[in-house]
Amino acid sequence: MAIDFLYPEYEIKRDRDKCICCRVCERQCANEAHWYDAELEMMMCDSAKCVNCHRCVSLCPTRALKIVKTDHTFKENANWTGEHIAEIYRQAGTGGVLLSSMGNPKKYPIYWDKMLINASQVTNPPIDPLREPMETKVFLGAKPGKVEFNSKGEIKNNLPPQLKLEVPIMFSAMSYGSISYNAHESLARAAKELGTFYNTGEGGLHEDFYKYGANTIVQVASGRFGVHKDYLNAGAAIEIKMGQGAKPGIGGHLPGIKVREDISRTRMIPEGSDAISPAPHHDIYSIEDLRQLVYSLKEASDYKKPVIVKIAAVHNVAAIASGIARGGADIIAIDGYRGGTGAAPTRIRDNVGIPIELALAAVDQRLREEGIRNNVSIVVGGSIRSSADVVKAIALGADAVYIATSALMALGCHLCRSCQKGNCNWGIATQRPELVRRLNPDIGYKRLVNLVTAWNHEIKEIMGGMGINSIESLRGNRLMLRGIGLTEKELSILGIKHAGE
Amino acid sequence: MKRIYVNEKWCLGCHLCEYYCAFANSGKDSMVKALKNVTINPRIRIEERGGISFAVSCRHCEEPLCTKSCITGALSVNDGVIQIDKDKCVGCYTCILTCPYGAIVPSETGAIQKCELCMNNSSGTPACVAGCPNKAIVFEEK
Amino acid sequence: MLKEGQVRIPSGCAISGVISKSGKKINGEIIVKSIATMHDRSNGLGGGFAGYGIYPQYKDLYAFHVFYDGNQAREECERFLDRHFDIINLSKIPVRPSSKITAEPLIWRYFVNPLPTKLTDSHLDEKEFVSRSVIRINSQIDGAYVFSCGKNMGVFKAVGYPEDVGDYFRLEEYDGYAWTAHGRYPTNTPGWWGGAHPFAMLDYSIVHNGEISSYDANRRDIEMYGYKCTLQTDTEVITYIIDYLLRKQRLSLSDAASVIAAPFWSTIENMPKAQKDKLTYLRSAFPGLLITGPFSIILGFEGGLMALNDRLKLRSMVIGEKDDMVYMASEECAIRIIEPELDKLWSPRGGEPVIVTLDSYKSSK
Repeated sequence: MAIDFLYPEYEIKRDRDKCICCRVCERQCANEAHWYDAELEMMMCDSAKCVNCHRCVSLCPTRALKIVKTDHTFKENANWTGEHIAEIYRQAGTGGVLLSSMGNPKKYPIYWDKMLINASQVTNPPIDPLREPMETKVFLGAKPGKVEFNSKGEIKNNLPPQLKLEVPIMFSAMSYGSISYNAHESLARAAKELGTFYNTGEGGLHEDFYKYGANTIVQVASGRFGVHKDYLNAGAAIEIKMGQGAKPGIGGHLPGIKVREDISRTRMIPEGSDAISPAPHHDIYSIEDLRQLVYSLKEASDYKKPVIVKIAAVHNVAAIASGIARGGADIIAIDGYRGGTGAAPTRIRDNVGIPIELALAAVDQRLREEGIRNNVSIVVGGSIRSSADVVKAIALGADAVYIATSALMALGCHLCRSCQKGNCNWGIATQRPELVRRLNPDIGYKRLVNLVTAWNHEIKEIMGGMGINSIESLRGNRLMLRGIGLTEKELSILGIKHAGE
Repeated sequence: MKRIYVNEKWCLGCHLCEYYCAFANSGKDSMVKALKNVTINPRIRIEERGGISFAVSCRHCEEPLCTKSCITGALSVNDGVIQIDKDKCVGCYTCILTCPYGAIVPSETGAIQKCELCMNNSSGTPACVAGCPNKAIVFEEK
Repeated sequence: MLKEGQVRIPSGCAISGVISKSGKKINGEIIVKSIATMHDRSNGLGGGFAGYGIYPQYKDLYAFHVFYDGNQAREECERFLDRHFDIINLSKIPVRPSSKITAEPLIWRYFVNPLPTKLTDSHLDEKEFVSRSVIRINSQIDGAYVFSCGKNMGVFKAVGYPEDVGDYFRLEEYDGYAWTAHGRYPTNTPGWWGGAHPFAMLDYSIVHNGEISSYDANRRDIEMYGYKCTLQTDTEVITYIIDYLLRKQRLSLSDAASVIAAPFWSTIENMPKAQKDKLTYLRSAFPGLLITGPFSIILGFEGGLMALNDRLKLRSMVIGEKDDMVYMASEECAIRIIEPELDKLWSPRGGEPVIVTLDSYKSSK
């Protein structure tokens, strides 16, 4: 047997005094890290198989299990960290590109945590959301530049198609394929109950979910999987995915093993075939090509649905967004470098793109300088972790946010970042029926509704503290933010003052 | 009447219901104390074959065969719940033979035992339902 | 310490307004008396007035009131005016020096008309030409500040208590069909004359009491349409919003009020269809111009006044009526002092505009 250079990063710790050998850990671990030894009459485990997803920990009825970071270590080296060394061993062993899932976990600055929110004192009263109306309803879409009147002098309704959100939070794109049927059903039902939207991702729309169309955004990505006329007209809006925060400039790859009967039908590809989304759309090599696709989709949907263009936050994001705003898009979605993914090359995920906070600030400011901010709505995603992040995003200039990682966590995801393995113990990022079954949408959708409802309560509290009773008065209201521990340059990009100023 | 229903669609075959049942009926205050080094004998059991699993426990039939078959009157229906009076049970096991669901089993003492919806133990509400991680066992009016 | 415009300064305030619907002349003394009653609502760091119908002899000309830091600024500004306008009359605004009003700038008044050739070359309508010229002077000529530029109306303002400001500008020498007044209570400023209220753009003038919490959202929105908020005050941004909605979008006063102090969605939901559709349209079309947080304003315009509260009515405002006269003020006392016997007195609800126009007024639509 070849030498295994690697000691497991995490260790399964079992408290033998508490373990009653019920074997639930064994039954629930799709990675087969636990087993019962009848001879020893003991539960055993192999930490090397553990992905640290906490399924066993969460289900153990006596709390006998925990996962700890190993104290096994390489000789200390500030330059050659254990992570670098381990990855070199892995690549030397396989010759392959390293793959990872979910968002960039590296220690880059998190600007959300370097911004503080204002509150009213004396000169302006805070508003109590329990006593006064507090509005978080948002309309996304282009605004008319000019009011028009009919011959009677009455205002004509020249408003382009809008998306009405009861909360400024939507579920961002995750394809059926990258996540399970039950995860999709949970998202769809939650979006319906919350009065917001979920997004099909690039995997088409399962026939069972057409009934949630009024709360669905259908995506058109470079692979064009599952795109047909009924699909385009099934949702409330159409999103063109140009890029993804976790892997800007990179396409997608759903392995054939996950393309089972249902997915094959939904994606309109043969069963068992790999679903490969090219890096570019091969009919979009430039901004004018994008404009054509925007209008093709509008034609196909009779100009009744807003078209969203989703891009990854990259260096030149402001200029790109400006081009998109002038290209006929109704909504621009920007995905930051901490955005999640079902699988991405590790080096891309960890080193490409820019923080969503800076991208958002730059885009909003640029569109305002050009006087075209109201031609589009801006939706941002890529690690919105709490209601405070939502408030800060809107104050920086977003109309609404996209959440996905947070939503998956509501469904049970423990961010083990092993989606690419297809063995999700929580029934989310898997297509194995016995694992998919673990996510009961009756439970899942309710947890999503709870999460967003809780956030919305908090948003209202924070807004009330600022003396603001409608979300549109928060949008782009950067005076409500102050930086903490930021350089002049960072402050100037964010367009905010420092705390104390 | 509220009854325990199971849905095989959501049953994961994790067997936690069996352990919660055994604990609830153990009279002990901790699961470790109750179940450590014990082979459990729960009133609910997972049946599984070929990727399908579901929990089986007393259905509290409206026309129960077990009470009819009981030769001592140890089994009786109280407000729809079929209960066992262990003092009266003589261990003839006729009920075990007549129950079409196999929901009655012998206990360690020789008397039979069956699900009594945790009404007579410290849980107070069905422990298998509370312990099911996926709502495959529910306690509701239908 | 930073000067007004370099820093945002919130203020509490008193406002008052009076109008004769039949167009009777009201002497400036009346409005001074009204605002003086609310002395305690200001702190001596700003007071001002706007009079409508006060320049009948020049009613077709734009009356520019300008503060200068010195003669150099004046000369530069006058050169600019000469290049772009036909100056019919210019003079210092007559004042009555007083120990209560200090740090006086040079205060000049010009009655002007755009030069026809310049106007034609600009491809702008006349009002837009004037407003852009004013924004240009204010943002580009250091030490010059045009604080009033409408026709047959004028703003008078200074650092001081409003009654002292009225006395200083000798308002008893002016008669108009409508007046508004303002006493300021800034929380933090040494006071700058330009920062006093009313704030005016063309014939629109605003007096405002409040501190809006939507300020930066509103500012960043309106600045997309050619406005530049140099003072960082609520009043300035509200004036620009009104100018934009009324003049550039041609909305009616009440529709503009429905944008600024939009009804809650829950209220809109329960309206009859036509009204519901219109208000849904207005809120969806102009989300950035919704003003939240406390405010009470009196908008002066050619032919009338409009009073408006924020939609939660977080600032006081009462309306009084007597014959053809309508009074609007932060406090009832400010009305009673000039008209003790009222026919009617009421508090408008939050977001409910009170629009009063001259009997002869015809809306532009």
